[in-house]
Amino acid sequence: MTPRRVLAALAILALTAVQAQANPEPWQLNMSPGVTETSRMVYDIHMLILWICVVIGVLVFGAMGYAILKFRKSKGAVPAKWSHNTTAEIIWTVIPVLILVGMAWPATNTLIHMADTDDAELTVKITGYQWLWRYEYVGTDVNFVSKLDRDSDRTRMLGSGLNPADVRTGDQNTYLLNVDNPLVLPTGTKVRFVITANDVIHAWWVPVLGWKQDAIPGFINEAWTRIDTPGTYRGQCAELCGKDHGFMPIVVEAVPREQFDAWLAQKDAEAKAAATAANVPATGDALAVVQ
Amino acid sequence: MATHAAHHDDHDHKPGFVDRWFFGTNHKDIGTLYLLFSLLMFFIGGSMALIIRAELFIPGMQIVNPEFFNQMTTVHALVMIFGAVMPAFVGLGNWMIPLMIGAPDMALPRMNNWSFWILPFAFLMLLSTLFMDGGGPAGGWTLYPPLSLQGGNSMPFVIFAIHMMGISSIMGAINIIATILNLRAPGMDLLKMPVFVWTWLITAFLLIAVMPVLAGAVTMLLTDKFFLTSFFNAAGGGDPVMYQHIFWFFGHPEVYIMILPAFGVVSEIIPTFARKPLFGYQAMVYATASIAFLSFIVWAHHMFTVGMPLGGELFFMYATMLIAIPTGVKVFNWVSTMWKGSMTFETPMLFALGFVVMFTIGGFSGLMLAIVPADFQYHDTYFVVAHFHYVLVTGAVFSIMAAAYYWLPKWTGVMYSETLGKWHFWLSTFFVNLLFFPQHFLGLAGMPRRIPDYNIAFSDFNMWSSIGGFGFGLSQLLFAWIVIKSARGHGPRATAQVWEGAKGLEWTVPSPAPHHTFTTPPVIDDRVLAHGDVTH
Ligand SMILES: [Cu+2]
Repeated sequence: MTPRRVLAALAILALTAVQAQANPEPWQLNMSPGVTETSRMVYDIHMLILWICVVIGVLVFGAMGYAILKFRKSKGAVPAKWSHNTTAEIIWTVIPVLILVGMAWPATNTLIHMADTDDAELTVKITGYQWLWRYEYVGTDVNFVSKLDRDSDRTRMLGSGLNPADVRTGDQNTYLLNVDNPLVLPTGTKVRFVITANDVIHAWWVPVLGWKQDAIPGFINEAWTRIDTPGTYRGQCAELCGKDHGFMPIVVEAVPREQFDAWLAQKDAEAKAAATAANVPATGDALAVVQ
Repeated sequence: MATHAAHHDDHDHKPGFVDRWFFGTNHKDIGTLYLLFSLLMFFIGGSMALIIRAELFIPGMQIVNPEFFNQMTTVHALVMIFGAVMPAFVGLGNWMIPLMIGAPDMALPRMNNWSFWILPFAFLMLLSTLFMDGGGPAGGWTLYPPLSLQGGNSMPFVIFAIHMMGISSIMGAINIIATILNLRAPGMDLLKMPVFVWTWLITAFLLIAVMPVLAGAVTMLLTDKFFLTSFFNAAGGGDPVMYQHIFWFFGHPEVYIMILPAFGVVSEIIPTFARKPLFGYQAMVYATASIAFLSFIVWAHHMFTVGMPLGGELFFMYATMLIAIPTGVKVFNWVSTMWKGSMTFETPMLFALGFVVMFTIGGFSGLMLAIVPADFQYHDTYFVVAHFHYVLVTGAVFSIMAAAYYWLPKWTGVMYSETLGKWHFWLSTFFVNLLFFPQHFLGLAGMPRRIPDYNIAFSDFNMWSSIGGFGFGLSQLLFAWIVIKSARGHGPRATAQVWEGAKGLEWTVPSPAPHHTFTTPPVIDDRVLAHGDVTH
């Protein structure tokens, strides 16, 4: 293998590794660190609490296991008479308080970071419907709905006889995780979302972005993201919203900024052209009626 | 006058079947009715869970349509919470509280009869909605509007059923408070009561405080749907999020209503089989009271993703984290009770130890869920499903089974087979972990809850979970068999003491407990109490 080939192979490996952590995989055990600074902060907190719980668990269950093995009647254990110990009780009240403070500190910082929706360069309005999503790029005419892809939709029918394993996009199984029109977003750009719903409550969730946010009819919620790596990121509606709640996935297509700008300009032009085209015959008809 | 008194002292007076079981006011009979009703509901709710797990066995829709799937998740939860877990604890309270405090019966026996007999009708009505046009409720047991308002004709029936369950619970709670505060035998001071009685006393106050809140919330849903009000309809000036605040103001204390008596049960069983007084009795009581207090100020941790202001999120996060402290005290005290004890491992002890370990696992995931930024990821995923089934199944339900095995000889007068009991414990423990532990992984990998179908990536752990579900469900037939055999009097005679290390008034009466007990108050001897630091 030439050094160049090795490099290429490594690059492919690195790419697939990124790809692999972006979407749910078989036998996945843990949360994905995601593709944004926020999602990594969330992941770090998750791991911190998880390990704290593991350590406490090992201590408590260890003590319990030791007691179970050691203080058995069958081993001739004679019960002690004491029934309290003030020092021990103070220690195991105070130490948990300190541990909790240690958890609350990074959690508070992350939360403050996540709540700051200022200085976004792009705003996208997300509206949940039973059972699809509408995306509007605020300040442009670009506005479309995004719903479950046909393949998944056919396959998910009761007794369809179709195999969910056959619903693929490239080498990935995308059963119930693919849509007709993905939400295209630029990488390296702070994007603000305003999120609402039209009928019942939904929740917009793409795990690798690190959060979910309820979409509530009559109310507007805010959230933001800045995606580091281009890629296709999949998620689902996370709030029970009726019979097809399980069938309204979310797909984010993150592309480099220039590519995104070109895409948005083209879509905007198309939308404006379509709007004009739609208006012309309408005016014609109106005239015809007058005549 | 003398003949009159003699007539009342005649304990062999046997009422007919209908008089005894339908119109009776005896606390033991009503306790039995509650427990049998709960067992029945446990199997009905369990069958619904098995329909869910069968559909989720492999990806693709094979068995039910999504509408019916949603009805199953909704009704499963309502049946298990209001039909299985809560009545089981009321049954245990009915049977054991008078026996533990030396009272002849509950303070309000006629109301006791009524509070039980409302329940079968409430659940008949709730379950009947599954056969109505448009089916049963399908918006989740939390009945969030606007979705719950989209339901068919079932809604008023469900709401009326919830009202009846609420009335039943409130009456049961009033009865328990009245009994504990008024009917304790002389010398049974509040701080000498068994912990089970304490936890029930506090639980009863929680019930009285929050059941009316639930009644209010669902009544507003009803008027929104049928009487043109707009409490929760944004288009009419209402607020769908307000429903969630009201609901969880009920819902979070409700969680403790289902777990505090479980703490009580375990605090009775561990000292018995460790042959050592309960460690930190007073700390246990104060921890229970603090958990109850905190339960009123943490409700919005169920709704971190609705878009609360930063300050609100922080407050509810900190308040929720505080609950870890009294809960930790309890766990440490149970372990300390075992420490330097002389332990044996009969079936009730196995279930109690299983409770301590697995409830603690549920507590850990609860702590994780309290951390708002992490909750943004966990919320509404299978991680949450795993969490609350650890606290409710391996927590509350395991404690109920521990209690049943602990007191069954007292109720029936016969010992069940330890071998069968142990089989039941080990099978249940193995399968319940196979059922719920992998759900943590599913949630972390990104599987939302309440979905009838899923991507291939989630298939392996779902299959494990379903196998665990069926294994756990079938293992419970063993429990039913053991209970029925004991109830029919098959097995060796039990002594009054039943367990070598058992302490407390309930063990001073014969097994089975006679129909009437403590018609004259017993003399309390501190040495028969199950806990230590009461004498100073
Ligand atoms: Cu939805």
